[in-house]
Amino acid sequence: MDRLLNLLDENARLSTEQLAVMLGKTPDEVENAIAEYEKQGVIRGYKALINWEKVDQNKASALIELRVSPKRDRGFDEIAGRIMQFEEVESVYLMSGGYDLAVKVHGKSMQEIAMFVMRRLSTLDSVLSTATHFILTRYKDGGIILSSEDEKDERRSVLCD
Amino acid sequence: MIDYQSMLNDEVKQLKPSGIRRFFDIANEMDNVISLSIGEPDFSTPWHVRQEGIKSLEDGKTWYSPNRGFMELREEICRWLKRHYRVEYEPKTDVVVTVGGSEAIDLCIRCLVSPGEEVLIPEPSFVCYRPLAEMAEGVPVTIQTRQEDKFRLTAKALREKITPKSKLLILPYPNNPTGAVMRRADLEEIAEVVKEHNLMVLSDEIYSELTYGETRHVSFASIDGMKERTIVVNGFSKAFAMTGWRLGYAVGPKEIIGQMTKLHQYGIMSAPTMAQYAAIEAMKNGDGDIDYMREQYDMRRRLIVDGLNAMGLTCFEPEGAFYVFPCIKSTGLTSQEFCEKLIYAERVAVVPGDAFGECGEGYLRVSYSYSIKHITEALSRIRHFLKTLN
Repeated sequence: MDRLLNLLDENARLSTEQLAVMLGKTPDEVENAIAEYEKQGVIRGYKALINWEKVDQNKASALIELRVSPKRDRGFDEIAGRIMQFEEVESVYLMSGGYDLAVKVHGKSMQEIAMFVMRRLSTLDSVLSTATHFILTRYKDGGIILSSEDEKDERRSVLCD
Repeated sequence: MIDYQSMLNDEVKQLKPSGIRRFFDIANEMDNVISLSIGEPDFSTPWHVRQEGIKSLEDGKTWYSPNRGFMELREEICRWLKRHYRVEYEPKTDVVVTVGGSEAIDLCIRCLVSPGEEVLIPEPSFVCYRPLAEMAEGVPVTIQTRQEDKFRLTAKALREKITPKSKLLILPYPNNPTGAVMRRADLEEIAEVVKEHNLMVLSDEIYSELTYGETRHVSFASIDGMKERTIVVNGFSKAFAMTGWRLGYAVGPKEIIGQMTKLHQYGIMSAPTMAQYAAIEAMKNGDGDIDYMREQYDMRRRLIVDGLNAMGLTCFEPEGAFYVFPCIKSTGLTSQEFCEKLIYAERVAVVPGDAFGECGEGYLRVSYSYSIKHITEALSRIRHFLKTLN
């Protein structure tokens, strides 16, 4: 039921009934499929994609490049596991290329993030170096365009002119 | 002061303007209108197709194409038609590439219809056949289709309208505005009548790729004995979301395509070059795009049909195109009244069914060529509107 996942990926607020109608299934089948996906860990959660800039000026975020030394046997898992415990940390990725971990962090201000990097991240044992890039504007996030203007439908009726 | 009225051609003056113009004028004046009225895909042309158009410009390929269209495109069209509908045509002689399916329809009618001959037009249907037939000095003869027959053309209804002057039958399926499709068995019955009365057929199959459910589109030309009597009109607008590129084509017997090409050559010269390069890519590598878009339309179709039925606007299940045609007779309003009240009360724009022929009275054309979010919002406004009516 990949189509179910695609629909939820786009809009997790569609009701079971709507999903069922669109997929040609019964609501029970959809409920069961979702439960199964949750059980398997395919669906890990549901959240709203919020344009925080609109509600809260006191919010900053940064992408931090970390170079770390991997641990024998456990590679990068151990340090990644430690970093993701911090509640400031939104996402942690292991990267190919010039650095190892990409960490997305949010805080109330750039100052707060700077302190977090200095005191918490860079002091971790296996962290060799950090490079902090503050995010200035989010144009699009999670596949959704955040700019305030709605996309205009430029199609017109060819029947009337 | 010139008296322009006396300068103008009488036939042109007598053509009826599109019946919904006034209605759209209202919609355009208003803010926050949510529309389900548009008759074109909401997808952009697939990127790889656009790229080929861009590349042709970058390469400076900005000249006229051959009158019939580039040979490579005609070859690809023939391959595509064979692959999709099992009909075989000769690229050299049986194909003309046109400015949209619309031009092909116009050429076909003008080439086949002599003054006084009758053009059989099933309705509800797209608005262009009647005026084009009139401009060819043909006589449009309406065949009303009915919801009880799933808006299909029946052999019986066709027979009732045949006279010694009948010349050309228009077959507009999958149908705009009803979403009706014709099954093979239906087409075979029509074919019998066509043979019996020596008719020619213009099969407007522009929505051929947008059919839903178990069965796919059957081209009328694939019915036994019909290829030699049928001009198939198709194009890139609906299947590949290429409306603005203005590219279509007609295939049929070479004697007729040859005459159509002659008219096309004098009136148009050749279809847009850039669009033809893009279209070659669409024909070669676009099947996946169609599958994706069809799947999206299908989910929206189910959502909107279910939503409308649940609120008491019953619609027969449309199996093609991207329209539903709900019946509003239960409200006691005419199509025009309903649409006007709906737009003033809830700011939702849909098209009154009678814009597509008299027998569309009592229905609406609702397009689902919109995002799910958009459709959901429009449905909830319509639901609210119906509550305030009672």
